[in-house]
Amino acid sequence: MGNFLLFENLILMSIHRSKSIYRALILLLCLISAPVYAQLNIEIFGGGASRIPIAIVPFADENKLQQSITPVISADLQRTGLFKLVDPAGLSPHAPVEVVYSDWANRGANALVIGRVVAISGDQVEIQFRLMDVAKKSQLTGLAITVPTAQLRMAAHRIADVIYEALTGDVGVFSTRIAYVLKRGNKYALQVADADGYNAQSIIEYTEPIISPAWSPDGNQLAYVSFENKKPIVYVQKLATRERRAVASFKGSNSAPAWSPDGKKLAVVLTGQGGSQIFLVNADGSGLQRLSRSSGIDTEPNFSPDGRYILFTSDRGGSPQIYRMPVTNTETSNAERLTFEGSYNVSPDYSRDGKGFTFIHRNNGQFNVAVQEIGSRQVQILTNSKFDESPSFAPNGKMILYATEINGHGILSAVSRDGQTRQHLSVQIGDIREPAWGPLPTWK
Amino acid sequence: MRKLLGISLIVLLSACASQTTQPEVDDLNAGAGAGSGGSDLMGSGSDRPSYFSQLQDPNSILSQRSVYYEYDSYTVKSEYRELVLSHARFLRDNASASVILQGNTDDRGSREYNLALGQRRADSVRNMMTLAGARDEQIESVSLGEEKPRALGHGESAWSQNRRTDILYRGE
Repeated sequence: MGNFLLFENLILMSIHRSKSIYRALILLLCLISAPVYAQLNIEIFGGGASRIPIAIVPFADENKLQQSITPVISADLQRTGLFKLVDPAGLSPHAPVEVVYSDWANRGANALVIGRVVAISGDQVEIQFRLMDVAKKSQLTGLAITVPTAQLRMAAHRIADVIYEALTGDVGVFSTRIAYVLKRGNKYALQVADADGYNAQSIIEYTEPIISPAWSPDGNQLAYVSFENKKPIVYVQKLATRERRAVASFKGSNSAPAWSPDGKKLAVVLTGQGGSQIFLVNADGSGLQRLSRSSGIDTEPNFSPDGRYILFTSDRGGSPQIYRMPVTNTETSNAERLTFEGSYNVSPDYSRDGKGFTFIHRNNGQFNVAVQEIGSRQVQILTNSKFDESPSFAPNGKMILYATEINGHGILSAVSRDGQTRQHLSVQIGDIREPAWGPLPTWK
Repeated sequence: MRKLLGISLIVLLSACASQTTQPEVDDLNAGAGAGSGGSDLMGSGSDRPSYFSQLQDPNSILSQRSVYYEYDSYTVKSEYRELVLSHARFLRDNASASVILQGNTDDRGSREYNLALGQRRADSVRNMMTLAGARDEQIESVSLGEEKPRALGHGESAWSQNRRTDILYRGE
């Protein structure tokens, strides 16, 4: 996918050199773009009756852009499993006066998205969009965004967020970013991309493994584990400047970084004092404090959204299970065991409301994404693949991003919180693993 | 084979490198650049400890550096006891020698949990070594988890090669 985009961008750069072939190339680009969307593999299971039927009309003049807007909006909404796309074929209103509501009611659409694109200057465009309520024959919401042409996808994600928020009442997460590790040949790249897997950028590249990326709460830094020095060391890196520092580089292994919600501290796993145990360290690497004390393995810490608890994986009971301990100023051997089904439950990640968590559950030899409510202890297994890893909640708690394997290759997949919708996000060359869903952008 | 070639290159280059505080000279360019007498590839006249020849003698058990494990186990099997004890005695007798022990696992399950399992394997070797007279400061046990498999693929033949602890001498 990233390769396709790169290809498009290269062509566009040459477009500006020759206006005379501009239109021909735009046409060509539309043809090239088509297979990109065809590669998105969306599987939807059940739950059809409750999906919101929505028609999205291609915006006026969007086909003159290097990146059409409405296909991005459609893919975003479809990926949530909460929408059913109604085909607008044959109808193309771009303004409220052009809408014949009965046409859309007859097609079963409850909501209608229309809009247009207006060129402002050389590389600035204005995107005007309206969300119409078909039954009430009125506008629900609308927005005009001016963006550089290089940020057309981001504008489309913002529009998808507005639609999603108006129709579901939840926060949209299409403008967020994800981090993951891409292994290609013997190279490992820590990459950041849009939530739909596009616009991937390498933050750092090595010939030694990188694992466990974790977003700082403000989205400006990533903590991760690098093996570049023949052992695991925890680094924190700023995305804007690429400046980085080792925050846990003690004797033995240093791994599993997790940010406290205020961004001031990291929970890390160290082995220097015997076993694998959980410690707290300030984000600048100072102030080491031990948190857990057990004779077993304690690893994969994850803070509750209020910062009062840590979920972690421990084998203190004989098999790896998920436990919860309070975060205090003293180390503790006390923890509450939360998982009881099966002999292998690992990699916990709190939901953003703190009421539940996602994790990996071994199920008849398969490793699957599951969710559990902390109060009721009710477990739901969401996937049926073989090698799922690293589940990570979206900031609105409605979707879970995870790594899985298809034909021996690591790919990213997203599953809705109810397990009804799954989508493979990326078709890059190489293995993708260790996804982490970033926080909401600061303007939200 | 490639790995062997790599190791011998490292040995040659580290021989010409001036005294370095880096624990491992695995960056070939850095190693070559640090050497003041870059043409002295044979290492004659360098201050490299003499014990390395002993470690690399293919007829010596000290040239064997890997301990393999059963599934879900970190117990050093009896067949590897003599290997571990030989290295422990070597460390006891060569106070300036030091090792890094890298524990490894197969690729089933969580990467971070596997990192912790690999640590247990490295720690089991360290414990055996310190009991046999090696000092704590001579040994750092770390884990590479499932990240550096010796054999690729799913299946016991690959997995059994990946459940291991490797013994690496610093400066070698």
